[in-house]
Parts: sequence; structure tokens; C-alpha cells
Amino acid sequence: MTSTVTPARIAAATQLVAAGRHRRSRRRIIAVIALAAGVLVVFTLSLIFGHTTYSLTDVLRVIAGQEVAGASFTVGELRLPRATLAVLSGFAFGIAGVTFQSLLRNPLAAPDIIGISSGASAAAVVAIILLSWSPTAVSLAALAGALVTALAIYLLSRRGSFAGARLILIGIGIAAMLDSFITYVLSRAAAWDVQTAMQWLTGSVNGANWGSIRPLAIAVAVIAPLIFMQARNFAALGLGDDAAAALGVRVERTRLTLVLGAVGLMAFGTAGSGPIAFVAFMAGPIAGRIVGAGRPPLLAAGLVGALLVLIGDFLGQYAFGTRYPVGVVTGALGAPFLIYLLIRTYRAGGS
Amino acid sequence: MTQSAPIRSRQGGSALIRVTWILIAVAVVVLLAVASVSFGSRDVTWDQIVSALSGHSDTFAEAAILKRVPRTVLAILVGAVLAVAGATLQAVTRNPLADPGILGISAGASLAVVISIVVIGIAAPWQYITAATCGAAVSAVLVYSIGSLGRGGATPLKLVLAGAATTAAFTSFVSAILLPRVAVLQDFRFWQIGGVGGATWERIAVVGPVLIVGVLVCATSARGLNSLALGDDMAAGLGVNVRRTRLIAAAGAVLLAGAATAIAGPIGFVGLIVPHLCRLLIGPDNRWLIPFAALVGAALLTAADVVGRVLPTEGEIEVGIVTAFIGAPFFIWIVRRQKVREL
Repeated sequence: MTSTVTPARIAAATQLVAAGRHRRSRRRIIAVIALAAGVLVVFTLSLIFGHTTYSLTDVLRVIAGQEVAGASFTVGELRLPRATLAVLSGFAFGIAGVTFQSLLRNPLAAPDIIGISSGASAAAVVAIILLSWSPTAVSLAALAGALVTALAIYLLSRRGSFAGARLILIGIGIAAMLDSFITYVLSRAAAWDVQTAMQWLTGSVNGANWGSIRPLAIAVAVIAPLIFMQARNFAALGLGDDAAAALGVRVERTRLTLVLGAVGLMAFGTAGSGPIAFVAFMAGPIAGRIVGAGRPPLLAAGLVGALLVLIGDFLGQYAFGTRYPVGVVTGALGAPFLIYLLIRTYRAGGS
Repeated sequence: MTQSAPIRSRQGGSALIRVTWILIAVAVVVLLAVASVSFGSRDVTWDQIVSALSGHSDTFAEAAILKRVPRTVLAILVGAVLAVAGATLQAVTRNPLADPGILGISAGASLAVVISIVVIGIAAPWQYITAATCGAAVSAVLVYSIGSLGRGGATPLKLVLAGAATTAAFTSFVSAILLPRVAVLQDFRFWQIGGVGGATWERIAVVGPVLIVGVLVCATSARGLNSLALGDDMAAGLGVNVRRTRLIAAAGAVLLAGAATAIAGPIGFVGLIVPHLCRLLIGPDNRWLIPFAALVGAALLTAADVVGRVLPTEGEIEVGIVTAFIGAPFFIWIVRRQKVREL
């Protein structure tokens, strides 16, 4: 072998690798641009269409702040906050999901499966129903709930060596307990109404208003860039801790930033729209398929999450006889996807 | 012989110790049953209990007692049945995390009940039981076939994940079916949490025979299940028909889980905790374990029901929520005890 390695061959191999890298990064850029365009188009369509259809110019005038008869209320007060909340929480869930999945190297380790969104929900339900707090305070309570849950899962699953399987199982156990707590608080609420209950059990963007969107918007604007800045280090972590450290990555600091950022996004998203079922879990694997192998598809997963929530909400509102909250639609899509993913993983011999 | 003695004692000791534990369990169940009849939002005296049980229902106190009796009987029945189903499933799948709730069997029963209410319009208790049992059977087969794909067969992790995924899928379908139907939703909401508050003698009379058949099927499989614990090859070598034993025992457990879910809603974690506790006390022999688990399960569910009635200052906590709060930490404890390799 050694005798056949010539400078010319090395140059050819380097060129081949460089060409492959170039091709993959071009595919990544094209995919992200296409996804972003898709989000924009669906966002605009969800402003235009509904029980009454408005023209694109009317919608643009409303966004620009002009007074348009009828459209100002329907588009400006109802559809715009709703679509904005859908985009923001989908984006937050998508990034949080793919961060967890890539860090734990397991598509099942999404924050909505291992109980982190249940923790955020439980805290938010207590803050809203028992304490009647303001939207900002509710967001902070959800953040605290999510952080405590994440810490509890981490500490409980740390026994000798760290094992992903144990973490997922313990997360499922904690989620079971928190979900039954949520059910209890909801069933004791003075006025049980199905809308509130569904929001906190499966997630919904019904009744979106700017007051509850603001904390989420600020959180996404602050946390998402923080996570994107770690993208290069994050990719290096995929090589294993030792290799990453050898490449000059501060492993522990990177991991802590990523986990805290993802938990934060999950918590603020949950406080805004409830734990929209399976978006965090689905966005990463779908984005990975679209973008192709390589580093964790952070931005692409966020965009896929936003698309999922937007389309899910649009379908839930208009595609069926009754109006379903978006969480029921994503749940009905996501759960079979979870089973499919399990079957595929098991067939391939993993666990 | 010298070697077998310490092994024997570690596995739960002599028949005397086992009988003692079973007698203790019977006493606890009786005590809890008395407590369940006496405690509640209305305080009653001994005289009132005695007079109510002898057929009087003149005062409010006596009427309250008469309502608590079927509730107590149902709690005992459902607790016993869930524990037997859990013990059997743990033996059949050789999986310490098996439980009708965790493996998605209760969720399958729920979905089948909801579909039958909406599509066929079932109302009679026996129809509930039939629908729930069919749903339980379908989801048991589904979860087991997903969980046993691939290398290593049905490992605990794979089965639990398949169960969690199936539960999530079925729960979403249940919400999707129920949301537009507010009237059904109101009834279903309380059933879904899991409780024994709606007990009547009529419903108990319908479900009772089914439960007895299921318990008998599981109990008669006990010897075969003991052999399964040695591994399929060894069990076959001992002359056990592995496939048939597993199929019959699983059918019994599914029947129990379906019927219990039909009458009391999905109550999680009883089937998980109780067999483990019982194994610690009297050892892994299923011939003793299954009856003992029935008693301990009855005690646990009755106790959870009493706690849920006595603890809150107003209203009550449904028994399914109480068992989730006791059971989930226990589940985590078992997961932490397992070696990574065994997951």
C-alpha cells in the first residue's frame, strides 16, 4: 500500500474530498434557502386564506400598518399573531429537538419524549391556572420547570457511565408523572374548558396574542444565534469528546451552552403555545433527510419545525369538519412517524 | 444439597414464610377495605357502618357507606387484576419493565372503547369490555412485534419505547376522535384519568366473571412461566411448549388488562410495582407470586383510592393519578438498577 501513495494520488484524493464537501455545503445552502422560502410562502398563504380570503395587497397593507376594512381585524388581530406564534414556536422546538438528538446521538432523545416539555408545561399550568401569572412570568416559570426537569433527568440517569438508553427510559418515567400532574391540575381547574386543556396537553396556537408572543420572540432572537455560533464546535462533538478536545473545542462548555440553549427554547416555546406534540422530535430527522449527512442541521430543523406547525395549524383549522388544535394534528402525524422510526432503527440492529 | 439451601432462602424462604406473608397481605386488604368504607368526605361511626351493612339506608351516613362498598370492591378487584396482569406480562416477556400501561395495552383498550362509542354507539358494560379487550389484544400484538424486531429480540428498552410510541399514537387518535364530540368528551375525560368512583354492583357483576377467568388462566400458566424464566431453550428441554405457554398466559394478561381498563380507565404502574415488591418478599416462583401479587395489588389500589379521597381538602384525586405518582419513581428506580447492557 505505502508504495502506491504518490503525491499525485494524494492530490487527487484531496480534490475528491474537497469536491464532496463543496457539493454537500451547496446542497445544504440550497435546502435551507428552499425551506426558508417555504416558510415564507406558507406564512403568507395562512394570512391570505381562511373563512374569508383577502388579497395579497390587503394583507401587505395590514402588515404595513394601514387601516383596511375587515382585514385589519381578521388578518392583523387574528391571523398574524397566530401565524407568528406558529413560526416562532415551531422554530424553537425544531432547534431544541435537533440539538438534543445530536448531543445524545439518538433520534428518540427529543425533549418532548424525555419529559422536558412536560416539565415546562407542568410549571406553566400551575402558573396560569393556580397562580394567574402574567405571560412573562409564565414563561419564566416554564423555563424553571424545564431546567429542573432536565437536571433531574440528567442526575438520575448518571450512574457509573452515562447511557442514552437509561436517560430515555428515565425521561419517559418522569414524563408520565408530570403528565398525570398536569391532568390533575387541569381537572381541578375552576372552569374546565377543553381549549385550555388541549393547549396544555397537546399544544395549540388558538388565542395567540402579542403579549404572549413577546417573551418567545425575545428568547428566539437571543438563544438561536447563541446556538448557531456553536455550530462548528457542535459538529466537532460528533467526532467524540476526545477528538473534539484535540481539535481545540472546549467540550464541556460547548455542551452546556447547547443544552441550556435548547432547554430555554423548549421552555419559552412551551409557555407560548403549549407542548405542540412531536414537533421537536420530528423536525430533526426530517431536516437531516433534506439537508443530507454532515453537521447537525440546526437552521434547517428550525425551519422544518416552523413549517410543521404552520401547516399543521392550517390543516387543523380548515381541512376537517371541526377545528382541531395544531397539537392534535402533529400528534396524529408524529406518533406513527415515531413507530416508523423505531421499526427502521430496530431493523438496522440498533436500540 | 448444601448448596441449594442458601439459594432457597434467598429466593423467598420456606412455604411457612410465604404463607405468613400471604396471611399478612389478606389482613392488610381487609383493614384497607374497612378504612375505604369508613373514610371519605363524610365521617361515619362504627354503628352506622354496621347498620348500613345490615341493610339500612335511612340516614345520609348509611347511604354514603352503601355507595362506598361497591367502590371498595371494585378497587380490590381492579388492583388484584392489574397486578396479576403485570406479573404475567413480566414473566412472558422476561422484562422487568412490563406493565399494561407502559406497554401501551391500556391505550389500545381506550382507543377501541372510544371508536366503539362513536361509531357503533355502545353503551352496555359487556360491550365496553369486549371492545376494550379487543383493543388491548391488538395493541399488545403490535407493541410486541415492533419491540422484537431486529437484533437481540424484545429487550426491555425496545419494548418500552414501542409501548410509549404506541401510547402516544393511540392517545393522539383518541383526542382527534373526541374533540368535536363534547358530550362524549365529558364522560370520557373522567374515565381517561382512571378511577373507581363510578362503581356500581351491576358493572361489577358484568366484569367479575371475565376477571375470574383471566386470573385463572394466568394462575394455571404459573408453572410454565417458571420454566420460561430459564430461557426458551431450557424450557423446551424441560418439556414445556414454549409458544403455547407464552400465548395462553399473554392472552390471560391481555384479557385482564382490557377488562380492568374498560371498567376503571387506564390505571398505570400498579402492574409494574406490585410484582417487583412481591418478588422481594416471597421470591420469583410464579405459583406463589401470582396469588400474592393479587392481594398486594388489591391493597395498593385500595390504599391509593383512600389516600386520594382523604388527602385533598376538597374533591378527590383519582386513583390513576395517585398510582402514577407512586409508580413513576419506582419505574425510575428499576431502570437505574438495570445494567446498561440489559436495556
